[in-house]
Amino acid sequence: MATWQLASSTGALPATTIGSPQDVTAAAWVLIEDGQLSHALVVSLRRVVLGVLLGLALATFFGLVAGLSPWGDVLLDPPMQMARAIPLYGVVPLFIVWFGIGESTKVILIALGVMVPLYLNLTAALRGIDPELSEVADTLRLTRWERLRHLVLPAALPGALVGLRLSLAVAWLVLIVSETINAESGIGFIVNNARTFLQNDIIVVGLLTYALLGLATDYLVRRMERRALRWQGGATR
Amino acid sequence: MTIVLRGVSRSWEEIVGLSDIDLDIADGERVAVIGRSGSGKTTLLRALAGLDTGITGELRGAAAPAVVFQDPRLFPWRSALDNVALGLRGTDPRDRARAMLAEVGLHGREDAWPRQLSGGQRQRVALARALVREPDLLLLDEPFSALDALTRVSAQALVADLWERHRPALLLVTHDVEEALLLTDRVLLLADGRLVHDERLPADLPRRRDDPALVARRADLLRRLGVEP
Ligand SMILES: Nc1ncnc2c1ncn2[C@@H]1O[C@H](COP(=O)(O)OP(=O)(O)OP(=O)(O)O)[C@@H](O)[C@H]1O
Ligand SMILES: [Mg+2]
Repeated sequence: MATWQLASSTGALPATTIGSPQDVTAAAWVLIEDGQLSHALVVSLRRVVLGVLLGLALATFFGLVAGLSPWGDVLLDPPMQMARAIPLYGVVPLFIVWFGIGESTKVILIALGVMVPLYLNLTAALRGIDPELSEVADTLRLTRWERLRHLVLPAALPGALVGLRLSLAVAWLVLIVSETINAESGIGFIVNNARTFLQNDIIVVGLLTYALLGLATDYLVRRMERRALRWQGGATR
Repeated sequence: MTIVLRGVSRSWEEIVGLSDIDLDIADGERVAVIGRSGSGKTTLLRALAGLDTGITGELRGAAAPAVVFQDPRLFPWRSALDNVALGLRGTDPRDRARAMLAEVGLHGREDAWPRQLSGGQRQRVALARALVREPDLLLLDEPFSALDALTRVSAQALVADLWERHRPALLLVTHDVEEALLLTDRVLLLADGRLVHDERLPADLPRRRDDPALVARRADLLRRLGVEP
């Protein structure tokens, strides 16, 4: 921060490249004051939340089916592996043709981006369940539901959480890309507008907002991880 | 209910696991199975546990078998108490699990994660998990082999004690001839998947390591295993 301020003040970093921290703060303040930023935040967050929820639901459903039943694996895994191989940004034009340039395109793009890493990690975790513990479940005569609740889900959880973190990182990336391509609202819209009018400070504010959102979600998942995986540590509960 | 095996065999292509086993085990009877590595002990135990669907021959197994494996195989994400209570039916499963944990000497450790317990403590949780189901056949596959000598002696005493109280039929797979003589009424010897020796121990055999009668039987069984004592 100090280096940035110093470089700006001395003119080593011209304001046409990037504004000084003061300028950026001032720009941020204006955006917050007139309610633009909070409105954009709500719009962008709504896209991400909807996309993530949809993606998580799809990944969990497909992942459980593919990971737990042989025919599900045969049926679902090849298309999923294909989905992984196709670069997401490549399908953007196709999606615009299919779903238009409205909200649904952005939400579906985020959902797809979220689904793939979570699905891959979840199925890998489900395939890695210790067969010896599976045998214990047999000898204890656990019902299907008990087996799912006490063995399958807890065993798959660490892998699923890794997938979740990857997924959320992807969600923000896809949001940025889809908002840059077209948006009439949201953080990407503010950034795009600022670009048209060469308002560098505002672009920086937008980028910082994206970064903070990304950090915040990562922090949330880490906390979930610590709570859910207490049994791996040494501390008493 | 007696457990009955007639002509029970198990093989994987050309590998023979069990070959033509005839065996009856009475209610509450304690049986040890000894034999060299690869002689089919675990294969027999898995057949009796109902874990092996590939066996041929006639097997009338126990109604409610319970298994303790060589390693504890606890669910690491469940507390000691939850591990014992897992899948337990009937009234007050958690209270029964708690009482059983106390019986194996783990009162006060109900909330510990498996990772927080010592090897011997984990194995006792596994024992509690098996016994709380009130099995009519308790299957133990070298349950003490991973324990140090001192812990093993107390774990053996615990099994003897628990059997006195619950009286399930018991099948103990072991490498340790002395352990077989101390804990059971009958010793089976397997070799290459065959049952080659079946010896009932006299009811008055003193269960002490240094007793001359027990030492003599131990020497005899070791000779049968091809080891000169
Ligand atoms: N799933 C399997 N597939 C192929 N062969 C097997 C399988 N399980 C056991 N066997 C073979 O069956 C034979 C008996 O094995 P088993 O595990 O019963 O021996 P064991 O007496 O328990 O030996 P140890 O004292 O070393 O535990 C061995 O030759 C083993 O290789
Ligand atoms: Mg074995």
